[in-house]
Amino acid sequence: MYSVLQGACDPALVALCAALVIGSAGIPGLFLQNKPGSGQIFSAIATILAAFAGVPASLLLLFSRTTTTYVLEWGLPFGPCELVIDPLSAFFLIPVFLVSAAGSLFAVGYWPAAVHRTTEPWLTFFYGLLASSMAILLVARNGVFFIMVWEVMALSAYFLLVTEHDREDVRRAGIVYLIATHAGTAALVVYFSLLAAATGSFLIPAAGSLSALAPHTTLIALAAFIGFGAKAGIMPLHLWLPSAHANAPSHVSALMSGVMLKMGLYGIFRTLTCFHDPPLVWGIILTLSGLTSALLGITFAVAQRDLKRLLACSSIENIGIITTGLGVALMGMSSNLPVLMYLGMAGALIHILNHSFFKPLLFLGSGAIIHAVGTREMNQMGGLGKGMPRVALLVLIGSVAICGIPPLNGFVGEFLLYLSFFLQFKADTLVYLVFLAPVLALVGGLAVIAFTKLYSSVFLGTPRSPGAAHPHEAGWTMLVPMAFFGALCLLIGVVPQLVLRLVTPAVASFFPQLSLDTIPAEYGALLGKLSLAAVLLLTVAAVVALLWRWRLGKAPVSSTSTWGCGYLRGTARMQYGGSSFSELAVSVFDGIMRQRVERPTLSGLFPGESSCSDQPTETLLERVVAPLFSLAGLSFAFLRRLQHGQMHVYMVYIFATLFILMLWAH
Amino acid sequence: MISLADQFLVLVLLINFISLGTSRLIFSIRAVAVQGVILGILPGLLHPFSWHLVAITIVIIAVKGFVIPLLLGRAVRSAEIKREVEPFLGYVPTLLLGALFTALSFGFAGSLPMLPVHQNYMFVPASIATLMTGFLVLTTRRKAISQVIGYLVMENGIFIFGLLLAEAMPVMVEAGALLDLLVGTFVMGIVINQISREFSSLDTSLLTSLKEE
Repeated sequence: MYSVLQGACDPALVALCAALVIGSAGIPGLFLQNKPGSGQIFSAIATILAAFAGVPASLLLLFSRTTTTYVLEWGLPFGPCELVIDPLSAFFLIPVFLVSAAGSLFAVGYWPAAVHRTTEPWLTFFYGLLASSMAILLVARNGVFFIMVWEVMALSAYFLLVTEHDREDVRRAGIVYLIATHAGTAALVVYFSLLAAATGSFLIPAAGSLSALAPHTTLIALAAFIGFGAKAGIMPLHLWLPSAHANAPSHVSALMSGVMLKMGLYGIFRTLTCFHDPPLVWGIILTLSGLTSALLGITFAVAQRDLKRLLACSSIENIGIITTGLGVALMGMSSNLPVLMYLGMAGALIHILNHSFFKPLLFLGSGAIIHAVGTREMNQMGGLGKGMPRVALLVLIGSVAICGIPPLNGFVGEFLLYLSFFLQFKADTLVYLVFLAPVLALVGGLAVIAFTKLYSSVFLGTPRSPGAAHPHEAGWTMLVPMAFFGALCLLIGVVPQLVLRLVTPAVASFFPQLSLDTIPAEYGALLGKLSLAAVLLLTVAAVVALLWRWRLGKAPVSSTSTWGCGYLRGTARMQYGGSSFSELAVSVFDGIMRQRVERPTLSGLFPGESSCSDQPTETLLERVVAPLFSLAGLSFAFLRRLQHGQMHVYMVYIFATLFILMLWAH
Repeated sequence: MISLADQFLVLVLLINFISLGTSRLIFSIRAVAVQGVILGILPGLLHPFSWHLVAITIVIIAVKGFVIPLLLGRAVRSAEIKREVEPFLGYVPTLLLGALFTALSFGFAGSLPMLPVHQNYMFVPASIATLMTGFLVLTTRRKAISQVIGYLVMENGIFIFGLLLAEAMPVMVEAGALLDLLVGTFVMGIVINQISREFSSLDTSLLTSLKEE
């Protein structure tokens, strides 16, 4: 079949054209303002069709392990502008196409043009532009072109993020994002300049062509880590992430979290491919920062009250897990342990794919919930499972997947990571890696707490606010994308050996010298056994569910409020809330993350009316970064005096500059 | 012929001082119009006869000497202002500064590496001095119309510099510069109109209220 399709048309060209179609899908909507909705529907159809072309093309490129190169005639003095699709690019292209297509369909129901007449055309336009720029970014090999596309990506994400710019908190989140992304871009400019100085051209070097022993390499690696890490949200460069994801429309959050964060990771992957001898310390740094991100990210997630902030913080956790995998692989590479390298890299890549399936699923689910209830506050929800059972089921699938519980896909990537840790315990080298296993297990446990909190306070119990009392089920345009991701999660969970075959070519592109023939087969067989176990687990679950329903059908059913605490006349406010559920878990991490609870002081037998509220606070942001910024603002306040609005003094500035330049020339 | 051109340039410099020293807007506009006419004549003195040169001369004199002054005169009448009151810097200090800048520009031009052909003429110092005068008018005057005048004087300075460049300037370049000037005047006219409508005055220092915060 490969040969037939390849004979028909070049898959690389198909993928590029698909990216361009997605990028221009929103343009007609800008000119069809008098017919609201037609542009949005056109964009959704075009994006989905492009994805139908782009995903098979990327898969073909991945499996055929070909590298296609195009040279763009751009006439700028930065050397040739190469567009290269190799297996690594093709692998990252898959989520770009899938998530953007699903999100554009979701938008039709979630952000209908009839309701949002002014914002919808621009939202649709920038959504396509963001997806398209990410696809182009993956094939850009000229550093200058890369930064240009990178900026298009960052800015279109900004415009998407401030869609509801009439709200103060949205504007604030936008400013924080803008500062963070430009700080990252500044680091990238340094990175590409240093790289160009080292290699003599702006092209990103071929795999394994650089040596880490050359001078300035540490600086190059550091600039890449800061620039790409800020986009990926690796701690401590994650500060923009929670508020940005929480305040964007949900399908935008899905695209940002599911795909845009991966562009940062792609940058780190791509940088590391250039070096054939990464020192051990790089791997150690990546592993440690990854584990820190994972642990702290999930702790932050546990403490959140805002549904989308919780999901955003869990993105930090997942990015941390992926970075850990990458770090372990790097340690394997520098210690010459191909198995460790393969397992770490495959675990990281599989988790990238998985996270770009279950996180969009959850964000789209949060969109459906917010659409129904009208708030992001989990303590205002409750009992939604009765009103919207389909959304509840799909969010449950996503939650189980993200916690890394078999038989869903989240388990597969983490399984490979655990495997890599324990293998080193048996071997003689890098034995201390085994100590990472409990940390990862702790992360998984905290994830279970976070998502139990999410699911139970949103869907279970009784409604805590009038808005949550009468939710409406999401329409099919919202359910279909979610169901699609849910099915993918289940598919990967049940047949993990297939996805291992998917990532193997990408791993091979990482380290071409290494022969990767026997190892994938060995672990493919192992994952085959995992697949059997998953099927068994699913069967058992189905049997138990059937038994339970059968039993329910026989016994008399009485209905009462969940978590009524045994009271005869319990009210919705007496049930467990999300904050009380997570308080104990968060209190363990008191110094880093705090649930600041304002308790009322009660006295007497019949205390008067009082209220209790809690606010999750992040120490790093509020104690370190925010004071630093206000300090900088104070110390540069004198610069504001230069901008006073006096036209003639502005002229004096020009005059003075000219005068100084003339004297200089003199 | 060159010495005649030099004398004309002295006239241009004197007109600079008029535009710096007068408070009456109509007088200032007329002075700049005369300066434009002189500049229109200059290429004819420098370069041998050609029809192209005649065309350029006619267009420059028409635009700088008549069209733009007419437009500005109309703006002055419609805004009902006669004189520049309260400049940011008084007339005597501006004149002194103008003299200082003229002297400096002669000193500066002397040290520029120039072709021997151009060494002894006043083109470069006159050009720089006129440019500086334009800047002075732009920075020290409060009324928007005075700032347009400053802009015109500056352009004249650039034009003098352009005279050096080629035997006969390519007609496209010249046309482009003139068109630029005309469009610039139009834009300034619109801006003036808007300022006077919004603030019921042409005082540009009122524009500070447009600043954010």
